[in-house]
Amino acid sequence: MAVRSPRKGPTDADAPAAPTMDSLLATKEIVVACGPGGVGKTTTAAASALMAAVNHGSKVLVLTVDPAKRLANALGLDGIGNAEHRVPASAFAAAGLKPRGELWAAMLDTKESWDSLIRHHAPDSQTRDEILANPLYQNISGRFIQSHDYIAMERLYEIHLSAEYDLIVVDTPPTRNALDFLDAPDRMADFFSSRLLRWLIVPYRSKLVNVATRPFYQISDRILGTEFMSDIAEFFILFQTMYDGFVERSKAVGRLLSDRRTTFVVVSTLEATPLREAEFFAEQLTARKLHLGAIVLNKVLPDYLQGRAGTKVAEAMKDRAEDLAAELAPVVGAGAPALGDPEQIARVLTEVADSYLNFQVVALREMEERATLAVAPDVLATVPFFDTDIYDLSGLLRLGEQIWA
Amino acid sequence: MPADPLTPLLDRKLVFVTGKGGTGKTTVASALALLASSRGKRVLICEVDGKGELAGYYEAPPTAFKEKEVQPGLFAMTMDTEASLREYLKLQLRIPIVGRIGPVAKAFDFLAAAAPGVREILTVGKLCFEVRDNGWDMVVVDAPATGHIVGQLAAPQAVNGLVKVGLIRTQTDWMLEMLSDPATTGLLAVCTPEEMPVTETMELAVRVRSETTVQLAGVVVNRVLPELFGRQEEAVFDALTGPGPLAVLDGLVDGDAAPVLEAARLAVTMRRTRATHLERLRAGIDPSVPLLYLPYLFTRAHGLRTTRQVAESLGEELGY
Repeated sequence: MAVRSPRKGPTDADAPAAPTMDSLLATKEIVVACGPGGVGKTTTAAASALMAAVNHGSKVLVLTVDPAKRLANALGLDGIGNAEHRVPASAFAAAGLKPRGELWAAMLDTKESWDSLIRHHAPDSQTRDEILANPLYQNISGRFIQSHDYIAMERLYEIHLSAEYDLIVVDTPPTRNALDFLDAPDRMADFFSSRLLRWLIVPYRSKLVNVATRPFYQISDRILGTEFMSDIAEFFILFQTMYDGFVERSKAVGRLLSDRRTTFVVVSTLEATPLREAEFFAEQLTARKLHLGAIVLNKVLPDYLQGRAGTKVAEAMKDRAEDLAAELAPVVGAGAPALGDPEQIARVLTEVADSYLNFQVVALREMEERATLAVAPDVLATVPFFDTDIYDLSGLLRLGEQIWA
Repeated sequence: MPADPLTPLLDRKLVFVTGKGGTGKTTVASALALLASSRGKRVLICEVDGKGELAGYYEAPPTAFKEKEVQPGLFAMTMDTEASLREYLKLQLRIPIVGRIGPVAKAFDFLAAAAPGVREILTVGKLCFEVRDNGWDMVVVDAPATGHIVGQLAAPQAVNGLVKVGLIRTQTDWMLEMLSDPATTGLLAVCTPEEMPVTETMELAVRVRSETTVQLAGVVVNRVLPELFGRQEEAVFDALTGPGPLAVLDGLVDGDAAPVLEAARLAVTMRRTRATHLERLRAGIDPSVPLLYLPYLFTRAHGLRTTRQVAESLGEELGY
């Protein structure tokens, strides 16, 4: 067992005692970024990992699930697939950075991860090949999304076991429910140790159906057809050879998530729907005794939109647009007479004022949402709205610095 | 050779609405259903992937598997695959499930986990059944997000590939027929003019075409910011933010005008960044697929009022 990190991070005479994103990333070994879809989870995970690599002398891996193309480019992940890959020094140099540590990145490829899991657990090469070729297996591993939840956590565990990194930051897949990936290891274990599973397999092996199970088979056969039922049975007979390994493994994955070296960062925006979901998620983490390290609120509108003084100015600009324009015309048109048309200036003033008042409605609502946030994480980070997309390490660093602050 | 014009959205009987998380998928689905019902159609809206939020879009009490009228002519339900299985066994196969629900639920959970596609097929099956047998003019589906929708729509083929005989097989055949008919069924993708939503929508269009038989009936671009200035007006705005004019303006309004101007600058940059993604979307989507633009709402409260506003904008975009 490795050394357990203190919950609040390091403190000394110079450093503030309150935990920060900095202390969180300096003390934990696994950071899981989670939250509703479309709130900037992947970018937040990447920016946090980058900050840790730049500022701490650590070897950091960010495991992303589905990065935007330009973010993948920025991390040098294009066409890399499942392999872990070091972000090259040239990318740092281009951003004018000299990292103290190393930044590594990997992308999650569900199908590839499943295949490698099978290769790892299969008792012999024949079973391995039969499973990999089984049509049901191919459907489970490729097409149906629920398997992503499990495989993301499984891959995290595998990387953790490699003991290659000081810190692993993992992005979580878009799930139907933000909690799915937490339950995935348990569900997987339940599934493989299920009594129903044995029910199903026994008759296809022994041709012996007992009174209790007969109706089940009759209904199943009628709905799905005998052939398909025996396909299913064959699949599970093959899988059964790996039960012990799987169950053991998924339990270990579950333990890793609740380990004290692991922390969760819930990412959201201040829009009502995602925020409620994030809040629910944060509560669930606490209820499960998992460590809620931070809440990161992304895409928050600038503070200056909230000012009541601004409201007055905007209202004045709108109500007295024509008067103001008449007075402004000579000044505005001083350099370029074409710009000195009072009518046009009045239109611009009205547009500007309307736009301010419009955005203020949203900004005030956001502020209210934030004030009513019912959970108290160690760290609450607010990241302002970025008016451009992030496409290189310096953009990512700018974001990271905001999270850090 | 030009393709046949697409069947108008409101003339389709089964419309799946999907979109990346956070783009307003449920808002658009609920507005589409409201628009159709306000035009005299008898409409069912079904929340498939939901967390029970749909009811709030109509200020209605929580929805359930059994549909309830939430607005005149508009009924809402929540998908429940287990209830769908029981209904299917009873109505289609005439196998009534009597007694306790426990064993059925267990067997179902097991089947759903063991045979991938079972959950999906029960969802799609229920929706197709509503269209065929229950006399709706239109069924709107608040469908799973872009990452999950293809698996859902492709489930009948996937199951057809796995199951060669049996009752499921005969059922998937007619479902496939309904889903494949572009005069009946369509997919509406919702995105915002931002990097990831646009990229996902373009990828979705490709996957829907290659992996499903459902037609992409339209793309909704949600939260389009208003254009503040024309070219000349922007030059005026730039001049206004110069130190001389700004000082005069400060004096005239007796306050600090800089934040107000700064907010307009932000709005302009935001719109400009988004415009590049919009162009990418226009270039990347088959020109026969209509793009429908919905304005950014500066309220953001979800409720019937927002739903109605979006329904009106959607109606205008569709030419009503």
